[in-house]
Amino acid sequence: MTAKAAIRQEAESLFAAFRAEGAVPVETDILQTAETLLDLYGEDIRARAYVTTDPLRGEMMLRPDFTVPVVQAHMAHGAEPARYCYMGEVFRKQDSPGTRANEYLQVGFELFDRTAPEQADAQVFALFARLLAPLSLRAATGDIGILMAAVRGLSTTDRRKAALLRHIWRPNRFRALLDRFSGRAPMPAARAALLDHLQKDSPEALTRAAGTLVGLRSPEDIAARARALIDDAATPPIAAPEAALLYDLLSLQAPARAALNHLRGITPMLPAIAPAVDRFAARLDALDRLGTDTETLPFEASHGRTSLEYYDGFVFSFHAADPSLPPVASGGRYDALTAVLGQGRSIPAVGGVIRPGLVARLKGSV
Amino acid sequence: MLKIGVPSKGRLMEKTFQWFGARGIAMRQTGNDREYSGAVEGIDGVELVLLSAGEIPRELSAGRIHLGVTGSDLVRDKLADWPAQVAELAPLGFGHADLVLAVPVAWIDVDTLDDLDAAAAAFRAAHGHRLRIATKYHRLVREFLTKNGVADYQLVDSQGATEGTVKNLTAEAIADITSTGETLRANHLKVLSDGLIHQSQAVLFLARAAEWGAGDRATLATLCARLGVTPPADL
Repeated sequence: MTAKAAIRQEAESLFAAFRAEGAVPVETDILQTAETLLDLYGEDIRARAYVTTDPLRGEMMLRPDFTVPVVQAHMAHGAEPARYCYMGEVFRKQDSPGTRANEYLQVGFELFDRTAPEQADAQVFALFARLLAPLSLRAATGDIGILMAAVRGLSTTDRRKAALLRHIWRPNRFRALLDRFSGRAPMPAARAALLDHLQKDSPEALTRAAGTLVGLRSPEDIAARARALIDDAATPPIAAPEAALLYDLLSLQAPARAALNHLRGITPMLPAIAPAVDRFAARLDALDRLGTDTETLPFEASHGRTSLEYYDGFVFSFHAADPSLPPVASGGRYDALTAVLGQGRSIPAVGGVIRPGLVARLKGSV
Repeated sequence: MLKIGVPSKGRLMEKTFQWFGARGIAMRQTGNDREYSGAVEGIDGVELVLLSAGEIPRELSAGRIHLGVTGSDLVRDKLADWPAQVAELAPLGFGHADLVLAVPVAWIDVDTLDDLDAAAAAFRAAHGHRLRIATKYHRLVREFLTKNGVADYQLVDSQGATEGTVKNLTAEAIADITSTGETLRANHLKVLSDGLIHQSQAVLFLARAAEWGAGDRATLATLCARLGVTPPADL
């Protein structure tokens, strides 16, 4: 049997296992409208997806993942609750020569359910853990919802919170903003000079004095941001104890139960995270009931922050011992994505994908 | 024969000829000045190939030429993982140009990439689409913006007259090559204070994918000794 045939056989057996869980098979197009994906992921997706042009439909991308078309299909004509499975190729450009595939099979499972999200999280994780058990992989879990709740609960301006939330998936930039907002990093000289200039006159007068304004960005846009900068300069830094809690949270890494105890310990000082911590606790209870040992399950509060930006709650992945290999499986909760794609409607959703090519390789069948 | 690709016209060609000439290797165009053929004197086993500067990165990547002279900006932008494909033998000290990010001069609230990122977020919320940056250097610009954590922008392709795209409302900002900044100023644009993406100049590159037979290696060693440069150790 050729390698491709062996991988397909592996994929089919995983697919059958998802169907046995009551998942309805979905087929999606390989050619996806580029606009939707660019809107969601930004320019970075262009570096990772194959872009092509259709004479009538415009810019198209070879399917870089299944989540978006599966959510679209569900939002268009799905009944609730729903569970779906799929199997097919995804395409990813690789910018450096190496062993990473540019075309590989994914088998996935997605669960859309309003009633008990933590139960759904646990079900998906337990299902993946069971299917992958023979490979003795290392599991990693996280919860971006706790971090988001902590940011929303900071005693600072909505503008600063929005800036932090917007960069939650870019850890370096998030860190730089937090350093600045909490006074840990000094104001850059360029910003100080800019503020100095902005305080000399009204933004409108300064804009006129600066020269001819060209382009779509209007004088109102410029004045609004200039005023926002002046307001922000007068905003006191995030209080040191509160900032310390957030730094602590960013680096929190412990077995899940121990992480829960730690979070319970800091909740009185950061009460806004209480509902997210309760959800974390409910998820761990559900995982225990489904046979996952949460005393040893690894947890990292920052896990999943560098993936494509849509996970906003529970996140998980399964890794082989060889650190040069990509994750064998990964997934998470993406409630906000369904709202973006649902044009006003939304539904809590969680799911994940397995790479049968890696499963076959680890089993020694290719 | 060791093939060396050189820009086929204009100042880049003349300066390249001068650079080699100063090191005892005479290059010249043969036939009339519209014919793209050339000759090399002063060293044996080297063939001159006159090519469009923009095509030299591709020819290097494919290994159809052994050496080539072109802008460092073009190699970085057109070749994925460029150090794996080519080696820089020598910067030639001419063809200087900076790839910079520029915005309208009247944007009094934007001086740095940090400002650009915040302005892009507000722009997207107000106008319903991402802030557009016109450029032909897609890879260099995207990598630069990703590294600096700028989001909510999109690149729009512009192969020429890029400075005019803002006035024509097809972009809000631009990333382009400038040497004196005059075209930017004439089009009411200013460079961000941390908006220098790449300082480009003409560079003599070596193609790793070219066929390096024993004869070519010997020629390369002679040539490098003549030029005063060191061939890559891992060739």
